[in-house]
Amino acid sequence: MNLLVKPVRSSLGKKYAMAVTGLLLIGFVLGHMAGNLLIYLGPDAINSYAHALKSNPGLLWTARIGLLLVFVIHVLLGVTLALENRAARPQRYEYDATLRASWASRNMMLTGLVILAFVIYHLAHFTLGVVTTTEDNKNYLDLVEVKQGLKTYVPEPSLNLSQLDPNQVDARHDVYRMVVSGFQIWWVSVSYWLAMAFLGLHLWHGGSSFLQTLGLNSFRYASVVRLIGPLLAILVVIGNSSIPLAVMLGLIK
Amino acid sequence: MKFTLHVWRQSGPNARGEMKQYEATGVNPDMSFLEMLDVVNQELIARGEEPIAFDHDCREGICGSCGIVINGVPHGPRRRLANGKIEAKTTCQTYMRDFTDGQHLWLEPWRAGAFPVIKDLVVDRSAFDRIMQAGGYISANTGGAPDGNAILIPKRDQEKAMDAAQCIGCGACVAACKNASAMLFVAAKVSHLGILPQGQPERAQRVVRMVEQMDKEGFGNCTNYMECEAACPKEISRQFIARMNRDYLWAQTQDLETTSSGGAG
Ligand code: HEM
Ligand code: FES
Repeated sequence: MNLLVKPVRSSLGKKYAMAVTGLLLIGFVLGHMAGNLLIYLGPDAINSYAHALKSNPGLLWTARIGLLLVFVIHVLLGVTLALENRAARPQRYEYDATLRASWASRNMMLTGLVILAFVIYHLAHFTLGVVTTTEDNKNYLDLVEVKQGLKTYVPEPSLNLSQLDPNQVDARHDVYRMVVSGFQIWWVSVSYWLAMAFLGLHLWHGGSSFLQTLGLNSFRYASVVRLIGPLLAILVVIGNSSIPLAVMLGLIK
Repeated sequence: MKFTLHVWRQSGPNARGEMKQYEATGVNPDMSFLEMLDVVNQELIARGEEPIAFDHDCREGICGSCGIVINGVPHGPRRRLANGKIEAKTTCQTYMRDFTDGQHLWLEPWRAGAFPVIKDLVVDRSAFDRIMQAGGYISANTGGAPDGNAILIPKRDQEKAMDAAQCIGCGACVAACKNASAMLFVAAKVSHLGILPQGQPERAQRVVRMVEQMDKEGFGNCTNYMECEAACPKEISRQFIARMNRDYLWAQTQDLETTSSGGAG
């Protein structure tokens, strides 16, 4: 036991765990974004993707619990490290200066906590549907319709999923309509852009930092490693922020 | 030249310290920073006041004794050189011509829990010595002198080890790090021996023990700010930290008990 506990509890061990959980979260962020971008392919693309995700409860809950675990470890270790780091300098400088460290690197705790707040808000908004509770914004539904032997889904916004028996009707959640009507409210869109800015800052530093932490840096690849974080940040911010923008501009309705 | 100094004065390890103001007048631009302090101290002594305590020895940038945080920068603000590089230097190699006449200068000791203040600008860096004792050595046989180049060392390894060995253990990395982390120092010492063939027998135990001691001393963790690299008077690279991170992970796969017994040689 000592064999494992010692390295994991060391300063480096905590940072490896930070980096590995960070990498898994990056994987989730990218996968999630790829799914979101299906919205550009129309209602059927994103709705059938969402339906596929939800139709396997075993897989869905394994992924959800795994993700939650990764997230909790990342947050708790992040807080632990930050507290230890503060304690390592009990007397602060009267004259504080910074030579090189980016704003993003010095504010990982702040950007992380904003991400945490956003994740709760985001789940409340889309997964639980409690942020925008106006009547026409709830429980969008596609109902199956058989046309000439082909199964197609038609939007039925007037029907409520919770009032239907899923065993009786062939229906799926209309994610497309829910997203579009959500982002048509200007402050919802703005809140998502803000959240993406903070996620971008976290990735700006984190996306390169985790490679250094895992020892995946060298004199040869230094310039590449330095670029990965900023590139990742730009990719995620532009990719995700484009969706509320497209809705606000009326490109997606 | 004249300067207004704001200096951290602390009479002893357990005393409360505070910033005190002094005027430095008649300063020659070609004086080193420490020579300027010598002059100020002479005046303090003449006035019957306690001189400002600061560490120094070689005064030529090689021993690692000196170290004052000047305006928030360990060893003092650095100029951009003609070739575009940022200069790397120790406090003793800082000259008054690098400052502007009439400037206010804030002088503070290295600030880290693991480097307690002894007096004024002098800190106790024996935490570094204990880290070195934990693994910063190789075992060698005594007896007849071995042939000079009996052990082949590839040039790339030799150069990399020498780059790491540039570290003079001044502690500027700790002073500069927002987390008061000693990663750059420990990484330099782990790498300098770990890259060479002579360092292989104790390589795994070295990195594990030195990291363990580093943690015990209460240094912070590494957030990869790279302030250390920017402040290092010997331009030790962050790549040695990445190398140590790899080495520590690899060391976990090694049998640490048997490598630590030293052998019967
Ligand atoms: C999608 C969400 C997130 C992603 C993709 C992510 C990613 C990362 C990555 C890749 C790192 C770099 C690890 C390293 O330096 O080796 C990191 C560091 C960090 N993360 Fe996150 N993170 C996320 C959420 C959070 C949250 C919610 C917090 C809340 C406290 C947080 C706090 C931190 C802190 C404090 C660090 C710096 C640790 C240090 O180096 O001292 N992160 N994150
Ligand atoms: S006094 Fe020796 S390095 Fe400055």
